Amino acid sequence: MNTTLESPPAWKQYLARWGWGLGSALLLLVLVLWNYAQNPTSTEAVLASTVRQSTPLVLGALCGLWGERAAVINIGIEGQMLLAAFIGFLVNVWTGNLFLAVIAGVLTGAVLGALLAFMSVTLKIDQIIGGTVINILALGLTGYFYQQGLTTHGKLQAIPLGPLADIPIIGPVFFNNPPITYVTILLVFFSHYLLFYTRWGLRTRAVGEHPRAADTLGVDVYLMRYANVIFGGGIAGLAGAFLTLEAVGSFERAMTNGRGFVALAVMIFGKWTPLGSWGAALLFGFATAMQTQLQFAGLNIPHQFIGMLPYLLTIIVLAGFVGRARPPAADGVPYEKE
Amino acid sequence: MSETLALEVRNITKRFPGVLANDGVNFTLRKGEIHSLLGENGAGKSTLMNIIYGLYSPDEGEFFIDGQRIEIKNPHDAITRGIGMVHQHFMLVPVFTVAENIILGSEVTRGFTLDMTRAREEIRALSHEYGLEVDPDAVVEDLPVGIQQRVEIVKALYRRANILVLDEPTAVLTPQEAEDLFRIMRHLTERGVSIIFISHKLKEVLEISDRITVMRRGKVVGTTTPAETDESGLAAMMVGREVVLQVEKGPAHPGEPVFAVRDLHVLDERKLEAVRGISFEVRAGEILGIAGVQGNGQTELAEAITGLRRVESGAITVDGAPVPDRDPRFLFERGMGHIPEDRQKHGLVLPYPVADNLALVAYYKPPFANGIQRNDAAIMENAVRLIDEYDIRTPGPLVPAGNLSGGNQQKVIVARELSRQPRFLLANQPTRGLDVGSIEYIHKQMVAARDNGAAVLLISAELDEVMSLADRIAVIFHGKIVAVVEPGQVTKEQLGLMMAGTPAEEVL
Repeated sequence: MNTTLESPPAWKQYLARWGWGLGSALLLLVLVLWNYAQNPTSTEAVLASTVRQSTPLVLGALCGLWGERAAVINIGIEGQMLLAAFIGFLVNVWTGNLFLAVIAGVLTGAVLGALLAFMSVTLKIDQIIGGTVINILALGLTGYFYQQGLTTHGKLQAIPLGPLADIPIIGPVFFNNPPITYVTILLVFFSHYLLFYTRWGLRTRAVGEHPRAADTLGVDVYLMRYANVIFGGGIAGLAGAFLTLEAVGSFERAMTNGRGFVALAVMIFGKWTPLGSWGAALLFGFATAMQTQLQFAGLNIPHQFIGMLPYLLTIIVLAGFVGRARPPAADGVPYEKE
Repeated sequence: MSETLALEVRNITKRFPGVLANDGVNFTLRKGEIHSLLGENGAGKSTLMNIIYGLYSPDEGEFFIDGQRIEIKNPHDAITRGIGMVHQHFMLVPVFTVAENIILGSEVTRGFTLDMTRAREEIRALSHEYGLEVDPDAVVEDLPVGIQQRVEIVKALYRRANILVLDEPTAVLTPQEAEDLFRIMRHLTERGVSIIFISHKLKEVLEISDRITVMRRGKVVGTTTPAETDESGLAAMMVGREVVLQVEKGPAHPGEPVFAVRDLHVLDERKLEAVRGISFEVRAGEILGIAGVQGNGQTELAEAITGLRRVESGAITVDGAPVPDRDPRFLFERGMGHIPEDRQKHGLVLPYPVADNLALVAYYKPPFANGIQRNDAAIMENAVRLIDEYDIRTPGPLVPAGNLSGGNQQKVIVARELSRQPRFLLANQPTRGLDVGSIEYIHKQMVAARDNGAAVLLISAELDEVMSLADRIAVIFHGKIVAVVEPGQVTKEQLGLMMAGTPAEEVL
């Protein structure tokens, strides 16, 4: 007796899932090429800026994704980024070493990840509250210890990748970036591989979908959740390090500016997948880059309106206008052993 | 079947707060046998199996596998000892493929990468060897329940299980799927797998088992074989007294019509017409049974009647007066009682204490409320009284309803609904998944309600239940009542044919 239900062919499912995103990407590509023909330098500038603007968003989204795939909602990404940006900044000011500073930022994020895991996995506190605790903690600590006028000893500089950097459009956009931006692109593909092609990823997804099933097969649910939230925290820490050590070169109060929350929208838009999140982050990054460009273009629109663009996009995404995404089934639910 | 023991447990004792779930239990499983474990809901069968699988640790007791004393501290220990378990609620990740579900926790890898090609081959090989056809690439949520269960069995075999625990595997299956499962079980035992089969369906147990062990209130009552016993013998062992498998009831004395629906049309979730012009009336002091294969509009009919689903057209009347659309409370206040189809979803608030669940329909008025304040004393007093009166086995009135066994959860609902002495009672699948003792009890209560003058509407997919309880039977097929008959005038086979869509004129 063959009772398997018919499911639509793979390409149809794929199209239904990603068609919207792919379609708009294609449209954008055409627009970009047309614009490039008109004005090469400004197009390249916008695109390069898109990649850089998207970096903290992709990293934040990856952080959220690793947590939620293991069923821990992390709305403390903002706080993890902010404190990591601050600690990374301070370590650089004290030691003058950029590499150490980045490591310090990553560790800070990881420690905050461990705190979130402790609150939501062990103490089983409401995860939204746990994340909020981290956000407030980071805002308070950085605000209190912040001293004006400090600057870093140098910034992470762009490293052109030889002849690759000379390819028109693609070269300056992808192959002439500072280190954290490169690492981010690698992390996207690494996360994709880890999540979908390894034992670790399979167990992580199982723990996020049906923890009891994983438990009955001898998978340690608590361990998986701790490890993934801490891993995610480290990635958010890298995003923080990007802000102070690669993008700006100094620290300002609340300089994350809501990127941690936008990152969550990016993650949802990307349907909880690394590649999808990357695409979504590029779109958000593009909106931000356009915002700068439009302000220079001397349009007769108050700049506050143009500045709203990325946040408007966030609201549209979060309100569910774009496709139907299904979060991991156990997302946000603490696991009780029997 | 040989006499060597695959598994032996000695003296297992497990205490939960307020309950002695297993009390010095001894159990043996011979190589290659099907050994059924029978007992009422809450008798301790599932607890014992969860202990054997390492999900609970026992307070006392020893395990032996192939004569060797071993420790089982967690599922991982059980799996390495060759014990596999198919849980009552499947432990499958719905969005994973069959292969992903099977390898989870015992993955094959090449370097760091999952070796799905090898996994698929191994699963196919297992499927062939044991006659369990599954498609490794199918996504589990797209599969029917029977196939999902097969995936669970393959999952255990993939871990080289030679002792298989099946926890109420037939509860979710259609009769055909159950036959299929039995065939697979026999096939497995031929290949040396030993099976512990948990059920409370007596017929099945007699059909499939080599030996049968009966548990009651945490203790083993005895072990027997199908040759030595029959249904009533097993039922008596389970419950501890003679059980009346046939409902005892006198003739009905129907009075005035209490409840009626006329030309009712209702849509289902997908906006398709599920109830297509149904009319009937239920008189005081009678039980009208609605018999039908599930999915023929019963759920939508029940929801429309109780005000949970919008009525497209047609009328619902109580005592001849029309009922305003969509207002459950209006109906409750006019004396409707409702035993819903899904007790956990719609009948109870599982995390609430038993006492609150017992006050759920009338919590907002005296004696349970003083103005906007609840009257805890009255709620407790009501709970203590009903727990005693309806024999609800709970450690106490303040225990969450979710901690009770299925039969006792249903008793909470029955107690709540019947203690209000409803004038109209809708009972939708009132005994689904319950053991003989609880079924007998609930049937008795429904007959008592009828004899007190209530109009009872019984919706059930169990033919035996409708045949023995109802005073009139309406057969539902594709959203229409296709025949109304009296139980004495039809055979089970005739009812079955009409339920399957054969026109009444041809059958009767």
